[in-house]
Amino acid sequence: MGYIGEIFVMAMTAIFIQNFVLARFLGLCPYLGVSKKLDSAMGMGMAVIFVMTLASAITFLINKYLLMPNELMYLQTIAFILTIASLVQFVEMVIQKNAPALYKSLGVFLPLITTNCAVLGVAILNTGALRSDGVTAYNFLDSVLNGFFSGVGFTVVLLAMAGLRMRMEMVELPRSMKGMPIALILAGIMALAFYGFMGFKI
Amino acid sequence: MSLILLQSTSLAATIGLPIIIIGALGLLFGLILAIASKVFEVQIDPRVEEIISALPGANCGACGQAGCAGYADQIVHEGEAINKCAPGGAATVALIAKIMGATAGAMQQKVAVIHCSSGGQDNTKWKYNYDGVSSCKAAVNVAGGPNSCSWGCMGLNDCQAACTFDAISIDANGMRVIDYDKCTACGACVKACPRGLIALVPINRNVYIKCSSKEKGPDAKAVCGSTHPCIGCGICSRKCPVQAITVTDSLARIDYDKCINCGLCATVCPTKAIQDLLAGCRKKAEIDPEGCIGCTICAKVCPVDAISGELKQLHTVDKDKCIGCEQCVPKCPKKAIEMV
Repeated sequence: MGYIGEIFVMAMTAIFIQNFVLARFLGLCPYLGVSKKLDSAMGMGMAVIFVMTLASAITFLINKYLLMPNELMYLQTIAFILTIASLVQFVEMVIQKNAPALYKSLGVFLPLITTNCAVLGVAILNTGALRSDGVTAYNFLDSVLNGFFSGVGFTVVLLAMAGLRMRMEMVELPRSMKGMPIALILAGIMALAFYGFMGFKI
Repeated sequence: MSLILLQSTSLAATIGLPIIIIGALGLLFGLILAIASKVFEVQIDPRVEEIISALPGANCGACGQAGCAGYADQIVHEGEAINKCAPGGAATVALIAKIMGATAGAMQQKVAVIHCSSGGQDNTKWKYNYDGVSSCKAAVNVAGGPNSCSWGCMGLNDCQAACTFDAISIDANGMRVIDYDKCTACGACVKACPRGLIALVPINRNVYIKCSSKEKGPDAKAVCGSTHPCIGCGICSRKCPVQAITVTDSLARIDYDKCINCGLCATVCPTKAIQDLLAGCRKKAEIDPEGCIGCTICAKVCPVDAISGELKQLHTVDKDKCIGCEQCVPKCPKKAIEMV
């Protein structure tokens, strides 16, 4: 299998088989919080893709050149959170100054996900992840791609959820089911549906 | 001795190195952010900050924005209406108006108008007796609604339930009455009406077409009676002095950017489908003989040719023809026209 095949496997795994929200149950807060409207879900999804890709890149470097040589792997959580939070803060400032249009569509969501568990999750999982041969550890490009595809997977289910919830708005529901209860049931059914992908072997 | 020393150095190494590394990381990032906050500083309009502090800060999204900060930004930069904050209510509107100063005053205040004169017990023709969930949204799905007209009000008051300002009340006949003082034009009722009968109209325009039926004339009369529906005859459109009315799909619509509030259309409508809140209370124009210099400007702007007079002679207003539209008043160079 060439590298293209490797990327395909990585994409399928991140988007469907090991989806961050519905299989790993990470990032549930924005999944339920920002899925009321399609356009805000889209904005959130784009911000997550952006931050996950960026976080994967920077934490790979921190892990490889700062933590691993000093055998400080147990400090991953604190080091990664520190790095991701400052990086996103920094990027937010740069965007606000240099690309106001981008800031308008992304800006409100960036601070919300700096310390999101899905973002930290992709960074930590990258350090222990192996390629499909089961031996080779992820290199820099692998990590960045995995971060990107994980973000795409998050966006896909967030958009699906937003679409479903917009339809649910128009349905007459018992009063006790309105809002969050039905959203949680929806999320559970979606997670069950995604369990169907678990058996896939690529 | 040497053993203790060895232990203490290894302890120092075990604790010291992580502290140094994480501390250095934190210090480095802190420094970068501190520098970046100066280098990439963006000047924010102070009014935005003021409005953010004036808003309730609930980030409820009633205004249609992602949060209070987004709404404040929209008010300052996009000219968004200042009365969209439902939790803040009138007090917040007053605060924002103060911050925005003259710009807020110049903004068009609107009010919700139901474009249907049916919906009460006495003036609705029914197809069947609806006995389900008391909601327009539910009733509209049962054989196209309980009322004969498939465009008109079903009278189950979803709009009243949607109104958070208590601005919609029900009169003795079961008709909805909108309180102009309480209505904030938040648009909640506009969204709530499954028939789309409610629209926001500038508060200083008081002539409304109280029908939304796109049926042809005879069909509309058959389902609603002869004194309510717009039959699309086009008389109002032809009579309108400023061409503000267009008829499409057998339904007249008023363009409120052009409308001068004269009420002429309401007087000519054969089915009385146009409601004029000012009917009978409009003042007529009168020219002060002392001030008139005979410039003929008023005669030219009068949409109904009620003003006559030769050049450089005194002009007079025909009170029977005058519809009280006040078009001539601001045009008079000598301010010699009064409404009495």
